[in-house]
Amino acid sequence: MNQITIRKFDAIIVGAGGAGLRAAIQLSESGLKTAVISKVFPTRSHTVAAQGGVAASLGNSEEDSWQWHMYDTVKGSDWLGDQDAIEFMCRKANEVVVELEHYGMPFDRLDNGKIYQRPFGGHMSNFGEKPVRRACAAADRTGHAMLHAMYQRNVKANTQFFVEWMALDMIRAADGQVLGVTAMEMETGEVVMFQAKATLFATGGAGRIYYSSTNAFINTGDGLGMAARAGIPLEDMEFWQFHPTGVAGAGVLITEGVRGEGGILRNSTGERFMERYAPNAKDLASRDVVSRAMATEIKEGRGCGPNKDYLLLDLTHLDPKTIMQRLPGIRDISIQFAGSDPIKEPIPVVPTAHYMMGGIPTNYHGQVVVSQDGRHDVVVPGFYAAGECACASVHGANRLGTNSLLDLLVFGKSAGEAMVLDIKAMPAAHRELAQDAFDQTRARLARLESQKNGANVHETGLAMRRVMQDHCGVFRFPDMLSQGVAKILEVEAQVRITEVKDKSQVFNTARLEALELDNLIEVAKATMVSAEARRESRGAQAREDYPGRDDVNWLKHTLWHREGSRLEYKPVQMKPLSVDSIELKTRVY
Amino acid sequence: MTRAALLNRLRWHSRRGLLELDLVLERFWLRHGETMSLDQAAALEQVLELEESDLWDVISGRRNIDLPSLQPMIELLREV
Ligand SMILES: Cc1cc2nc3c(=O)[nH]c(=O)nc-3n(C[C@H](O)[C@H](O)[C@H](O)COP(=O)(O)OP(=O)(O)OC[C@H]3O[C@@H](n4cnc5c(N)ncnc54)[C@H](O)[C@@H]3O)c2cc1C
Repeated sequence: MNQITIRKFDAIIVGAGGAGLRAAIQLSESGLKTAVISKVFPTRSHTVAAQGGVAASLGNSEEDSWQWHMYDTVKGSDWLGDQDAIEFMCRKANEVVVELEHYGMPFDRLDNGKIYQRPFGGHMSNFGEKPVRRACAAADRTGHAMLHAMYQRNVKANTQFFVEWMALDMIRAADGQVLGVTAMEMETGEVVMFQAKATLFATGGAGRIYYSSTNAFINTGDGLGMAARAGIPLEDMEFWQFHPTGVAGAGVLITEGVRGEGGILRNSTGERFMERYAPNAKDLASRDVVSRAMATEIKEGRGCGPNKDYLLLDLTHLDPKTIMQRLPGIRDISIQFAGSDPIKEPIPVVPTAHYMMGGIPTNYHGQVVVSQDGRHDVVVPGFYAAGECACASVHGANRLGTNSLLDLLVFGKSAGEAMVLDIKAMPAAHRELAQDAFDQTRARLARLESQKNGANVHETGLAMRRVMQDHCGVFRFPDMLSQGVAKILEVEAQVRITEVKDKSQVFNTARLEALELDNLIEVAKATMVSAEARRESRGAQAREDYPGRDDVNWLKHTLWHREGSRLEYKPVQMKPLSVDSIELKTRVY
Repeated sequence: MTRAALLNRLRWHSRRGLLELDLVLERFWLRHGETMSLDQAAALEQVLELEESDLWDVISGRRNIDLPSLQPMIELLREV
């Protein structure tokens, strides 16, 4: 390979979704030379899919407070969330939402001009008493509007965008400092080194490790893969939120509103099985309860279809007018992806991987932290993470809806602020890059280029998704988990020998997908190994053999290290910043 | 740009922020990728310029766009 170009910036942000754009505003507006690298055009980032809204205790329609929001978030997390970070997020919510309004976000409004707010699952007033209106939305295009407002603001602030560039590996000095990333320009296939004094990962989720996922294809956990390869551990990866009703085989989300309108879940005998699991709330019980019941029905052989692997969401008893008027979008989705018109036949659905609670470990300043000599808050110099790829940890074992758009605003901003301070304290000149800075990337690309008789990328990816779905889904069984660990390692062996026939340079999508699979497999291993080891049920981790939460032994965060798939643990931060700790309690709604 | 490179670029532009679109476009490529003409590619390129939610509205038939030249491509996308 020829001489590798080095591009130098004060700050580099990988990812132009909500988290990356918010951080970039902070950096560019303080005059720092900031580059944002993205696989896709910023407003096509997955944040665009968010419809429900962003949480903030503005109290525009009824009384609300950050303390109540904090309580809900701690409880939602099943006490695995760090209470300092949760206090920080809930206290900052109003500020970041109002800022967003000033950036031009077209929030829905009340007659008096204030931001309109609606209720959302798990958000309550007065420490869990009754639902409160806390979600701020822009019609059903909240994520879309958010990306537009922040992208425009960045353009004004002269943020430099590198669109359709894929970051490949982290550049780390021998002393551990992070110095940037290597990245490939898709249009030319050229690979360069982006050097910076501060590097932020805002690469989003990794839902594509599962066969059934609500996530778009770009959610391949690239930031997590890069971090893991550079020796950074991944935190709490066993915790994945499953949405009960994704269309079977496709994953597209069917909103809870459908069950609100009277939709009923049935098994292969036609039984309304939720009556057995949740006699009161039935089909409208909380997400984790419904998902677990569905997984049990499938495991016990009462699933539908030739493989008995899905259940039915039945709307046929509803007046067709209700479906046409209130749920037109859902009818479109069902016809398009299930081939069934819900007016005439039920929709096949399965619990579907939706959100990754774990990620790259950070403090509430977005600084990446690792454990060293008995301390668990040792900052990795030059490295930051925010958004779904990071674990601050505010969502703990289970995220509340609308809290992740809040997460990316608050921690995008705080990471940006920390980066500004850190950069200004550094020498003006960049460090010299080591001779071997490019070696990892060079080796990966050379391996792909020369691989013969290798594994097919598509088939290997499919095998990974199958193993994750079957062995590490909603409801976890001990034998399935231990077999799952062995199987995912077998898949990994295939990932290491993937072969791409297309050797072209311009937008070589086959090669890009092979590189993404290198990242997905790290996330998959971290998830499987962490889930197998955690012998309790908490939030999204539901084990058949350990059905209860075990605060004596397991009130701790998992840290998975790529090297040898080693696990270590660190305590949960139970102490908030200024208020009393929210004491452990059983989580009931 | 060669035909192969042009199609590869469009394949990447078919990676979207909404899963609904990814799935439709994946089916589209399986069915029409091999046989796509350059005229069709040009039309697809324009269609893919649409914003996520607008593109989904067009594909699911809830919305039309006023460009007759794009109509055949939109029909193909609606059929897959
Ligand atoms: C269907 C759906 C609905 C949802 N609704 C809501 C909701 O109503 N409220 C809520 O709070 N949350 C919701 N969520 C969750 C929320 O949308 C996400 O958690 C959040 O948008 C993630 O934002 P992000 O900035 O971390 O990442 P993303 O928006 O996913 O952005 C990631 C960015 O990283 C870039 N990138 C990734 N890898 C690389 C690489 N290797 N090189 C260069 N660039 C790279 C991508 O191009 C992209 O720009 C929903 C999720 C789904 C799937």
